[in-house]
Amino acid sequence: MAFLELDGVGKQFGSQTVVDDFSLAVERGEFISFLGPSGCGKTTTLQMIAGFLEPSRGAIRLEGRDLTKVHPAKRGLGIVFQSYALFPHMTAAENVAFGLEMRNVKRNERAKRVGAALAMVGLKGFEERYPRRMSGGQQQRVALARALVIQPSVLLLDEPLSNLDAKLREEMQIELRQIQRTIGTTTILVTHDQNEAMSLSDRIVVMSQGRIEQIGTPQQTYERPASAFVSQFLGKTNDFAANVDRTAQPARLVAGSWHAPAPVGVTDTVTISLRPERISFADSGLAAKIVTRIFQGNHWLFQCETECGPAIVIRQNDGSPQPGEGEAVRLDWRVEDMSLRASGGAA
Amino acid sequence: MTAAADTSTQTAETRASWALTLPALMLFVGVLVIPLLMTVMLSFHDWGQYKGIEPVFILKNWQEIASDPYYAEMFWRTFRIALLATLITAVLGAPEAYILNRMSGRWKGIFLLLILGPLLISVVARTLGWALLFGGNNGLVNKLLMSLGLIRAPLPFMFTETGMVVALAHVMMPFMVLSVWAALQRVDPQIENAAMSLGAGAFTIIRRIILPQIMPGVLSGAIIVFSLSASAFATPAIIGGRRLKVAATLAYDEFLNTLNWPLGAAVAVLLLLALVLIVVGSNALIERRYAEVFR
Amino acid sequence: MRTNGPLALTFHALFVVFMLAPIVVVCLVAFTPEGFLSLPVNGFSLRWFRTIASYPEFVHAFWVSLGLGMVSSFVALLFAVPAALAIARYRFRGRDVLAALFLSPLMIPHVVLGIAFLRFFTSLGLGGTFAALLIAHVIVVFPFALRLTLAAATGMDRSVEMAAVSLGAGGFTLFRRVTLPLILPGVISGWALAFIQSFDDLTMTVFLAAPGTETLPVRMFLYIQDNIDPLVTSVSASVIAITMTALILLDRFYGLDRVLAGKGDPGR
Repeated sequence: MAFLELDGVGKQFGSQTVVDDFSLAVERGEFISFLGPSGCGKTTTLQMIAGFLEPSRGAIRLEGRDLTKVHPAKRGLGIVFQSYALFPHMTAAENVAFGLEMRNVKRNERAKRVGAALAMVGLKGFEERYPRRMSGGQQQRVALARALVIQPSVLLLDEPLSNLDAKLREEMQIELRQIQRTIGTTTILVTHDQNEAMSLSDRIVVMSQGRIEQIGTPQQTYERPASAFVSQFLGKTNDFAANVDRTAQPARLVAGSWHAPAPVGVTDTVTISLRPERISFADSGLAAKIVTRIFQGNHWLFQCETECGPAIVIRQNDGSPQPGEGEAVRLDWRVEDMSLRASGGAA
Repeated sequence: MTAAADTSTQTAETRASWALTLPALMLFVGVLVIPLLMTVMLSFHDWGQYKGIEPVFILKNWQEIASDPYYAEMFWRTFRIALLATLITAVLGAPEAYILNRMSGRWKGIFLLLILGPLLISVVARTLGWALLFGGNNGLVNKLLMSLGLIRAPLPFMFTETGMVVALAHVMMPFMVLSVWAALQRVDPQIENAAMSLGAGAFTIIRRIILPQIMPGVLSGAIIVFSLSASAFATPAIIGGRRLKVAATLAYDEFLNTLNWPLGAAVAVLLLLALVLIVVGSNALIERRYAEVFR
Repeated sequence: MRTNGPLALTFHALFVVFMLAPIVVVCLVAFTPEGFLSLPVNGFSLRWFRTIASYPEFVHAFWVSLGLGMVSSFVALLFAVPAALAIARYRFRGRDVLAALFLSPLMIPHVVLGIAFLRFFTSLGLGGTFAALLIAHVIVVFPFALRLTLAAATGMDRSVEMAAVSLGAGGFTLFRRVTLPLILPGVISGWALAFIQSFDDLTMTVFLAAPGTETLPVRMFLYIQDNIDPLVTSVSASVIAITMTALILLDRFYGLDRVLAGKGDPGR
């Protein structure tokens, strides 16, 4: 039995379905991300787990116990909100202590645990600060300490890093991962940032329009996207229309001038999906012309016009000479680097 | 930009701003500052039934106000009524603002209009409504209270302080709702969920989380309501009648009935001074109290 | 966000009744068919509205109030718009003092203003004239005109003006073609709010008005001082109807909470 289970959960606002048939089993200690664009239903799902919204359908179980009947105040989940939702009239220590107070933890014990929680997030010495006098990053840490000090069975993070600047966000990602590994709390993160989801999670739930598109490890969702949406959303991708030439022996998969032995069970027309960094310039393959060439420090980015439409190619900056704008090139890739979808599923 | 150029833009800006504000400044000095100074002067002039106003500098009016207990009683009544009206608006208006804020969009708009709208309706018309509701022993309010079994005999509302307090509380209520409403808009909408997720119940959330955050709004609303109630004229004049005087109605009497302008001016200046002291003083207290938290 | 429980909704209902009761009662009594104060239990009648026409002092007072409100709020804007533009965009010495001075009529009790204006205009020999009333009302409604214009000017995207300047606009053309249209909603709302304030003012005006320059609130107040009869309720009901119309228009046009935000709240 899974630790936290969502079983066919759905949410309806009037006639609008915001979350549809959401099923997921989370193991104890796992770090899961709900990833998707805004309005995909990820925050709604989180709020249903937290108890701020009631599911229209389905069940949510924690260690086999039905959670939907439990009042949010009694669920014992730790939540970090996008706005942090710190109590502005309480100091950092009072904020962290609040949950313990509600659990009638004795004063001495409380002080000890608050001190430890603030120390864990690196805020020793900030106990008496009010939130308005703290930076965004510090507020974020207080919110994390406040959620963790009650030793929640599940930690819910609602876009917790989206209000921080890029550099701070990266630091916090690393720190968040370390803290989570140390204390081993089962964690669910809601985010629209695929880098954040990939660098933090054990598994990612990619969502779109209220439905789950794919559940998998970061590598799986990136390398083997289950749908056009997933491949588009998780980084840049190239789609080429291809067909199977059965006149050749053995049958060949053909895209423009590029061809390879056809994999087993491939139907007539398919879409080849390829990450830009997996394409290389070669002597033979898909004919293309370089339209623009952009230098981006550790790599080059090429926008090409190919026989099968526009494409993006990324090459590592290893010091070797690169083709210039207007140059005619051939694009090639390894068969195992592409994923195939039946045509019609193309974006 | 060089230092010289910087200074020259600054002078240009200063010149432009003075040119834009000068007409209004002249208007205000000419027609507000000077009349106010003249009123302060007036309170030191002498007056007699037959000689009229004599432009001399004496303390007669101020001494009369200081020594005659009638004035002390009248000012005490003025502030007592204002304080009670303020308390009622705070106790009723703050919860109402909170309830309004939790309503869904369309209802919120409708009720906001219904509750704040009266602010713009003539005070005379609103007070007239209370006079009709109170009116005599068979006024609607008394009928309602008696049919509910809350009272046995009709209560006097007209020409009493009770009536004045109720009507003033009604007239001033929108200011309190508005002030608390503004404070509620600055409260993070997720904060109640945050408190709930930490295990707080409904009552704890209101007492420990919401109330402390809207307190500055309640207090600044209270300052507005108090100063407007203490200087109110129409409501005390209509509900209080000719006998129950407050500062504003007394000054009106001195000016337009007794024609003792210097004494009326002294009453008015004293009211202004008292209010400025109270408002500035309590503002400073509030700022000091909340400087740490809300700056 | 949580929803309101039954206790909260009961409180809310009682509160709304409390807020509306006096206004509703005035409007109901105005429709009484009887010759005395009573609720219209035996059918509605317009007789007391027709009676207004035979009291020329009420009709005259209405026109005085209307003219006074329209002209004084317009004149107030003529002074307030330039001042608001200066205060909104320049940091100059004396800026805070000026802003405080311009908003001070909100803080000073209207009784005191009435007395000060009475003293001032009487000593100029203008006592009881329409001109005196007009100038006094300009001062009293000025803060309302200023505040809404100020809010619009502060919220305005300055880069739009800079774009216009880069395209060659300048001086009054810049103001007329770019700045004014951008702050116009604030200016019009400021005018409307100022008008309502002028139209409703009793406390200050009662000191200045003389027979012939009495405004409607003053006329109503003096009438009520003598006796309360259905006539004054029908006049009040008409005033309420006019205000409500203006209010709904204002709400549609600009949003009532924005118009009222900070009203009577001199500190900010």
